[in-house]
Amino acid sequence: MARKEYAFYPGCSSQKGASASNYLVSVESMCKTLDIKMTEIPDWNCCGASVSYAESGELPRHVMNARNFALAESNLPGQDIVATCAACWLGARESKERLEHSDRLMADTQTALKEAGLQIKVIPEVRHMVEVLIEDLGYDELKKPVKKPLAGMKFAGYVGCQTNRPFGIAGESFENPMYLDKLIETVGGEAVKYDQKVTCCGGALAFSEPEKAQAQIKDIIEAAYDGGAEMIVTPCPLCQANVEVYQGQINKKYGTKFDIPVLYYSQLMTLAYGGSAKEAGLNGNVVRARKLEEFAGK
Amino acid sequence: MSDLNQQMAERYKNNFLKEIEEQAEMGEWVKMCMQCGLCSGSCPTNFHSGWDHPPQEIFMLIRAGKREEVLNAQGMYMCTSCYNCYVRCPRKVPVTHVMHGIAEYAYRIGRAPKNQPTMHLSRTFWNNATKYGRVNEVKLTQSLYFKDGLGAGIKKAMEMQTVALGLVKAGRLNPLEAIGGGHKCKDLKGIHAMLAKANELEAQRKAAKG
Repeated sequence: MARKEYAFYPGCSSQKGASASNYLVSVESMCKTLDIKMTEIPDWNCCGASVSYAESGELPRHVMNARNFALAESNLPGQDIVATCAACWLGARESKERLEHSDRLMADTQTALKEAGLQIKVIPEVRHMVEVLIEDLGYDELKKPVKKPLAGMKFAGYVGCQTNRPFGIAGESFENPMYLDKLIETVGGEAVKYDQKVTCCGGALAFSEPEKAQAQIKDIIEAAYDGGAEMIVTPCPLCQANVEVYQGQINKKYGTKFDIPVLYYSQLMTLAYGGSAKEAGLNGNVVRARKLEEFAGK
Repeated sequence: MSDLNQQMAERYKNNFLKEIEEQAEMGEWVKMCMQCGLCSGSCPTNFHSGWDHPPQEIFMLIRAGKREEVLNAQGMYMCTSCYNCYVRCPRKVPVTHVMHGIAEYAYRIGRAPKNQPTMHLSRTFWNNATKYGRVNEVKLTQSLYFKDGLGAGIKKAMEMQTVALGLVKAGRLNPLEAIGGGHKCKDLKGIHAMLAKANELEAQRKAAKG
């Protein structure tokens, strides 16, 4: 039996061929080393993300998340739900809170769920992967399997919004959370100081109003460079994609020369645990992390 | 849609605060605002064009009964859901959700500007996600590009070509999803029945107020 078992909610972007598929690859490698068993919630559905608020209304949004709660509860009893995506975590956790605080919403949700042959008894805990790492294992346990410390490499830990606000990681401040820096240090890297650690990347506005989002992304990358970072690290799939894939467009618009890799914490951990470039999903980075590719080959 | 706007204006007469409290999600929080402006200063989109009324001004306009000013405002569509305002508000007003609620209400009664890009994304995202239970990222992107017609769509797609190619090469964008590939939930029948019931219940609840 594995050391820990969870009901896994990978989310749409983590699926094969989707925008965060390399996140999933590295999470699987990391969990294998840490002896964490993640069982996918059977037939899970989209959380609705934040931006669907206008079309979804209130109850349909919560009902979508409630379906995942019911499926997790009946198929994987007693296990916490763990999301790797910040928006999945936020959406699901918000729905859990709202349903638990409103008898009316809960009653309506149960009525709707019945149409799909489901019901909720007790909503499982909804947690983010980094919560599991920090709270259930702890930095010391995370350090034990490190075979190849990422010594001498400088990373800007970009926490962003939705793994930080409104819920965040217990014991951390909203303005200067330290957990990502600590994770970087746990695997032997250096976490640089810079002033845009919790700045918003523009979120969904990167699609609907790209000029607004790209102005914000530019500030984040500039600050990371100013802090001396060689790479950026994040726990959120949308932060990762937004900060990585628009660098070319930003360069064109602002005359900058950005070319900085943007990685997931799970990619660093996989590499430090001795995993290959493939196991860390480095082939999924649009801005190639050449230094890490070399490191993995050694 | 404008009929609904008219109906609501008549139903709530001169009490716009009550209209927002009853019809907009989290609208009951508006009266807790003490006008400190921390939300406005915390907003990452506050230096961009189109941000006419920041949250604290929208809250005051609601309390002053300025229905037209609020429903014509653009500020609530600028929300990136970063939750800065939410965690900083000294009165614990869930500002992010109140802004979403007001935007949703304006949109529902037909008062959001036609083709407002983030409202368009909201509709496209939800419809995309609920059709098969999971998001089809390729179709989502396509429908965003082509929202202003074919010509504009092709231009946009050309501009984004290098971004898309980078993702395809990295295995993070599957062109086959455009033609029927893509991920789906198994129990689509159940999901659609469940959502139809949820929509029905929500409409009933909102109609019963006022």
